[in-house]
Amino acid sequence: MSAPAIASEAASGLSLPERPLITIAPSRGWVALDLADIWAHRELLYFLTWRDIKIRYKQTALGAIWALIQPLFPMLIFTLFFGRLAKMPSDGIPYSVFAYAALLPWTYFASAVGNSSTSVIGSSNLITRVYFPRMIIPAAGVLAALVDFAIAFALLGGLMLWYRIPVTMSALMLLPLIALVTLLSLGFGLLLAGLTVKYRDLRHALPFLIQLWMFATPVIYPASLVPVKWRWVLSLNPLTGVIEGFRSALFTRSFEWNSLVFSVAFTFAMLVFAAYIFRRQERVFADLI
Amino acid sequence: MRPIIHVENLSKQYQIGMREAYYETLRESLMKALSGQRKRAPEEFIWALREVSFDATPGDVIGVIGRNGAGKSTLLKVLSRITEPTTGRIDLYGRIGSLLEVGTGFHPELTGRENILLNGAILGMRRAEILRKFDEIVAFAEVEKFIDTPVKRYSSGMYLRLAFAVAAFLESEILLVDEVLAVGDASFQKKCLGKMRDVSHSGRTVFFVSHNMAAVEGLCNRCLFIKDGRLAGDGSPHELITKYLAAEAVPENASRDLTQHVGRPGKMSGLMEKVSLRSQDGLAASAIRMGEGFSLYLDFAGTRRFRPNINITVKNYFGVPVFTISTRVQKQYQITEAIASGTLVCHLRDLPLLEGTYSIDLFLGEEYANLDIVYDAISFEVLPADVFDSGQTPLSSEGTIFWPAEIEIIPAAETVTSASPSRA
Repeated sequence: MSAPAIASEAASGLSLPERPLITIAPSRGWVALDLADIWAHRELLYFLTWRDIKIRYKQTALGAIWALIQPLFPMLIFTLFFGRLAKMPSDGIPYSVFAYAALLPWTYFASAVGNSSTSVIGSSNLITRVYFPRMIIPAAGVLAALVDFAIAFALLGGLMLWYRIPVTMSALMLLPLIALVTLLSLGFGLLLAGLTVKYRDLRHALPFLIQLWMFATPVIYPASLVPVKWRWVLSLNPLTGVIEGFRSALFTRSFEWNSLVFSVAFTFAMLVFAAYIFRRQERVFADLI
Repeated sequence: MRPIIHVENLSKQYQIGMREAYYETLRESLMKALSGQRKRAPEEFIWALREVSFDATPGDVIGVIGRNGAGKSTLLKVLSRITEPTTGRIDLYGRIGSLLEVGTGFHPELTGRENILLNGAILGMRRAEILRKFDEIVAFAEVEKFIDTPVKRYSSGMYLRLAFAVAAFLESEILLVDEVLAVGDASFQKKCLGKMRDVSHSGRTVFFVSHNMAAVEGLCNRCLFIKDGRLAGDGSPHELITKYLAAEAVPENASRDLTQHVGRPGKMSGLMEKVSLRSQDGLAASAIRMGEGFSLYLDFAGTRRFRPNINITVKNYFGVPVFTISTRVQKQYQITEAIASGTLVCHLRDLPLLEGTYSIDLFLGEEYANLDIVYDAISFEVLPADVFDSGQTPLSSEGTIFWPAEIEIIPAAETVTSASPSRA
């Protein structure tokens, strides 16, 4: 049998759909999110996250311990200087647990935003060679940080046991709070990832800004340290609600609902805005990178 | 048959400098906004693709040819949705798999196994699909023993084999392939071409961008010739490759004024005035395809009559003479009449030269003495061609010339059967 005969045979067996599966045309104005496309590529999201984690742990001598060190060492230093020496109030909780409970979500947020903001420029070899929804790249950066968070969370459990802090039903609030900080990180990550492609100097500015941001967030100090009159200013920081919420959930205190509601509203507004900016930038990624 | 791809008036515009890493800093942008500077002038845009339209039907294996920067890669990038078109549209009636570089997303720290999973996912394969084909991929790549070794410890050959193997098992109805075969050793290239041939016979639609004309001619049943972003031809590979090579063989290089060639030995220096090359079709050409010939035209003007004798030495890239045409040795070509000036024409047919650049030395004189010598008078390119109808080009690293052969095996038993190919 000759080769062309096989070809036509196979070709006739192939039935083409009535409508095109994909139509490629220049996009204009508001670009739809196309969540279906992202869902179709969910395995890639999993693999990219898995790769990020695997590589990080293979390249560092400390491996997974690194995930513990990141919140642990600042906690020790803060406990020494702020807790012991400066006698920082900590709402009646041992300072080390108090600080760690905040450093945990803060470290997650900081590394998730850090990972995802440089993720797109770091994936230039993928972007110029294969198609997939680009949002998967910063999303994988956030998820990789979530794995670190989970590892570091184990230590929190240990600290709580050590200091005999009872865990109550309010700890269930941690789940929506973790979801919230994940979405908030994704929002900032998407926005910065898109902008960093165009403005490379953001990459250098970001670590510095995040550092400053920590001091504007009640991580090393309690929100109660701020006079009630000025509390609302602190609440304008979307992380205040999250971080204070973490403490409330862990130490069974009442929740500061105002700042929490603000955080939720801010997160969703940020996500929509960031997704819009990202989708607009996305068109020229392959040309710019 | 209904098309699987419908491309209509596709154009892609680039801002000049954008294809290089162009980005501004935030500070620049802010300064611009503050000083009220608007967007860049419109003349800083170029069209990488201009109103390209075509349809492809299932089973088409389409070679995309054209010189560097003509828009071939841009076409593949738009088709594979890596970059958006500026105008026009494409309708795709099948899944598209792009293979613009082997090993996309490979990470040196990950093992072979991990990279297969990752690379498969990046190329759009489902996890289940990758796992089902895992053994086949590993077998094709011949890396069974090293599958759990980080690929940074692989030899470059193993790395490439693994990278190609993953891509070779893509199951999309449309496959885009860009120059993947330009890498790797000879046996690996053969394997890749074999796999490409299997794919092209499976009824899938393949786009194949390559500068390897032999591969294009051997694999493709159709060709798109892109010139300056426009579709300059759509048809049979043989016809378009000829057209492309004719356009490539710049006529300016096909002729050399020898009067400017200084410092040459000989009693009548300056005797040779101009040398030019023409293709078999009689057109000025500085490039031929393997297996083709050319004609050399040499204009000379002497101060007295002489009986011309010529030596034409063809040297390869390394300056090693490959052969010499000599009227002194080949007496049957000797010119008997004496002449002062004229044009000497030498037709060289069916040259078995391999791909590469060749240079010609010319020695013009009388029977026993050279009157004028010009070293490296002119050079020409030999372009790859499918000389043995095998879809593969004999490699220039494997010898100086190519030569056909008939191979037979005489079995150990008494009966002798010939295995020479019959042309019936």
